[in-house]
Amino acid sequence: MPVPMRTALVPFATLPLAACAGRQSALDPQGLQSDEILRTLFIFLIVAAVVWIAVVIVLCVSMLRRKRTADQPLALDAPFEQATGRVVFALGAATLVIVLGLSILSYAGQRTVFAKDERALTLKIIGHQWWWEVRYEDDSPDKSFVTANEIRIPTGQPVRVELESADVIHSFWVPSLTGKMDLITGQKNELQFTAKNAGVYRGQCAEFCGLQHAHMAFAVLALSPDEFGRWRDHENQSVSSPTNPLGKQGEQLFRGRGCALCHTIRGTLAGGQLGPDLTHVGSRTTVAAGTLPMSSATLAAWIADPQHIKPGNNMPRMPLQSDDLIAIVHYLEQLK
Amino acid sequence: MSMVAEQHELRDDALNGLQLSTRVEGIWRTPSGFLGALMSVDHKIVGRRYIVTAFAFLLLGGLLAVLMRVQLARSENTFLSADKYNQLFTMHGSTMMFLFAVPVMEAFAVYLVPLMVGTRNLAFPRLNAFSYWMFLFGGCFLWISFAVNVGPDVGWFAYVPLASLQYTPTKRPDVWAQMITFTEVAALAVSVEIVVTVFKQRAPGMTLDRIPLFVWAMLVTAFLVMFAMPSIMVASTSLILDRLVNTRFYDSSSGGHPLLWQHLFWFFGHPEVYIIFIPGTGMVSAILATFARRPVVGYPVIILSLIATGFLSFGLWVHHMFVTGLPQLGAGLFTASSMLIAVPSGLQIFCWLATLWDGRPVYRTPLLFVIGFIVIFVLGGLSGVMVASVPIDTQVHDTYFVVAHFHYVLIGGAVFPLIGAVYYWFPKITGRMLSERLGRWNFWLAFVGFNVAFFPMHILGLIGMPRRVYTYTADMDWAHLNLLSSGGAAIFAFSFALLLVNVIQSLRSGTLAGDNPWDASTLEWATSSPPPPQNFDRIPVVKHRDPLWLDNASLPVVAGLSVERREVLLTSLAEAEPQIREASPEPSIWPLLTAIATTVFFIGSIFTPWAVLWGTPPMAVALIGWFWPAGSKEDEE
Repeated sequence: MPVPMRTALVPFATLPLAACAGRQSALDPQGLQSDEILRTLFIFLIVAAVVWIAVVIVLCVSMLRRKRTADQPLALDAPFEQATGRVVFALGAATLVIVLGLSILSYAGQRTVFAKDERALTLKIIGHQWWWEVRYEDDSPDKSFVTANEIRIPTGQPVRVELESADVIHSFWVPSLTGKMDLITGQKNELQFTAKNAGVYRGQCAEFCGLQHAHMAFAVLALSPDEFGRWRDHENQSVSSPTNPLGKQGEQLFRGRGCALCHTIRGTLAGGQLGPDLTHVGSRTTVAAGTLPMSSATLAAWIADPQHIKPGNNMPRMPLQSDDLIAIVHYLEQLK
Repeated sequence: MSMVAEQHELRDDALNGLQLSTRVEGIWRTPSGFLGALMSVDHKIVGRRYIVTAFAFLLLGGLLAVLMRVQLARSENTFLSADKYNQLFTMHGSTMMFLFAVPVMEAFAVYLVPLMVGTRNLAFPRLNAFSYWMFLFGGCFLWISFAVNVGPDVGWFAYVPLASLQYTPTKRPDVWAQMITFTEVAALAVSVEIVVTVFKQRAPGMTLDRIPLFVWAMLVTAFLVMFAMPSIMVASTSLILDRLVNTRFYDSSSGGHPLLWQHLFWFFGHPEVYIIFIPGTGMVSAILATFARRPVVGYPVIILSLIATGFLSFGLWVHHMFVTGLPQLGAGLFTASSMLIAVPSGLQIFCWLATLWDGRPVYRTPLLFVIGFIVIFVLGGLSGVMVASVPIDTQVHDTYFVVAHFHYVLIGGAVFPLIGAVYYWFPKITGRMLSERLGRWNFWLAFVGFNVAFFPMHILGLIGMPRRVYTYTADMDWAHLNLLSSGGAAIFAFSFALLLVNVIQSLRSGTLAGDNPWDASTLEWATSSPPPPQNFDRIPVVKHRDPLWLDNASLPVVAGLSVERREVLLTSLAEAEPQIREASPEPSIWPLLTAIATTVFFIGSIFTPWAVLWGTPPMAVALIGWFWPAGSKEDEE
């Protein structure tokens, strides 16, 4: 009697997850914009620290200094009151000067961060509950393609992402590269950034978008321009049919068991539009929008029971026999 | 005829001492028994209920925070499901903002303002009773919904389209939106009472520049409420309409826009912060004067700062929307306007520091909380300057940095003063002192626990942790700081348990307080603790900003109010010169009945638009009962 797939795969779901998610920190700038923001942040931080320490010192001194002795609350010293008034006024004026200075500084930083470069590589990102659709668009349609939950960009070249939402509001945030920008229903936003160094940078949705907001991450892979060019050419190609029997079986099952109703694999009959495009899914670094690192085990665990790993997400649990699952996983893995 | 009646009316100048007290107390007392309790319009009884209820919601909201901290203490924790967690943070925010922070500040005002301005009751005392019932019913409605798993789960900000029918087809957002309506009605009612009481019922001689700073703060707050709350009522009502009768205010496919919600929400939401913070500053000024043993430095500076803060608070809501794709220059201007609020806030801090500098501080628990307030709030204010900057905000917006920032501002700026205020006014309200020993433990645990819980969140935000995530993966390096934060939260929660123990113990066996245990200067300390139903046997006359410091032995009074019926003395707005005697309403059951009818109407109308039809007649009946002319003497004259 076949073991129900869910039970058989439970151990996979508890596998220790290897660290491969990439960096996600505003304190670890790897882009021109995040650099600029961190510089502004440090200046503000220094001003804030100086003011706070000064206030605490004055507070401590005012508590420790020797005081007049008589308890006559209304016996005030007129010259002291006047002098105090002047000091308070001067400090207020100083506050005004500081905040105006910081405002100007902030605006200068803002201009740099949001500066536009017309030569930028443009891609469109559409937020879905709870994954990211990534569209590389080109003037010629045969060079346009769609992928999901992973963005590859060339280093040293400005990238413009156009941000839209298919459902609720999301927010695109890759702190190591730049600040965030919302994806708003019925509105087109955009964001530009430039990665300085090659590497994997993790991004995550930053606007609460419902049940699985916590599991809506993605990876940005910054590649050298050459490498990026090669990847783009490869990614643009449709997949060829698998040659080995297990792969063939997997392809048939993918169509036959309903996967293709939601997912597209270019070059095959699978053309569903509801879920992420899986054309080169085998080459991606994560499963389920940054929830698990990519491997046979995690992919199998995800397909066997998506509701266990990311409860409430829109991918239904398909009843699959163990052999079928293995075939499907094998098929998807070789979609490099 | 009326002349005859007037001549026979007994006034308080005909009586003295105990005879006068007994007589006035008799006419102002709330009727005994259960029904009497439901009919009460005494601002002290209503205020006490308000305070206790708001603190009950604080404990509930705090409990949710503790549960969330348990969930986040380690990565991939399964203590709470995603659904539960989302409900919890929504309930935590909504409870703390709408059922604790705003009501508790208004509650203190309801209790203290009439005492501090030297009158016998708030203006519109029945409206006050109605306000309390609406607040209670709205709060219970939210929490009962939560208990039966219809608790809102779209955040305390309920952004559309997530909160629209399409993406949340349950009743949860309706519950949230209608809870807003309840609490807004309650808050608006109190604001009107405060404004009228402060403008028209001040003791003779309490000119505008002799009003206690706490009262000034509540006056400014009341105006903020009146201008900010309508915005959220429009927003939440439109949301209910979108969900219930398919209007399209927020639907971008039909010409609406989701950002409309955000503008309306934050046009309320940012002043809301000051609605919570400004009363806190009033408490700080009151406590500081008493324990620094001198008047607060810069009385006019503080008042102008409060008013300036009030105005500015309406001009910076957009800083909640810096990452929604606004025009750059516009966003930059809101950076400047947001930072500008540091000027009036800073001026107040400087005045308080100068007060401590010159004073002879007496380090009792209320003052400890004020000192804690300065340390924490200044840090929160400075991180506020950071988030006001557009470039910095693009990184820290919707991360734990912001969570840290607003807890520093709100807990530092409002809860620390509030707990100080509890220690300060508890003797007045109950007649007994809180334990000083437990108070010190309370303070130090709160201070340390708070900072351990919230300071690490600044760093968490900068190293990439977004808000409102129910869990995070093990490879994110957030676990240690989260564990530390959860530990701090446990200490912080324990400090509130100590406060609760202290209150319960002291209610039973605390030292008797006497009228003025702290030798404070304002009028609430001129009457007994707790104050009698009439507050003062005779209305005091004020000749100085700190009347009780001027001459402790005898406070001058006016006479001439009726001792046969409830009367208050109305005075002129600026100079507080006596104008007329005005009847003050008797206890009544109608405010409660009206609140029940309104509650049925409000709750019904999230299920069917027909509730607007069948829900209004009972309200009309209750209101007719409420306003039925009683034929007071004054009306006959």
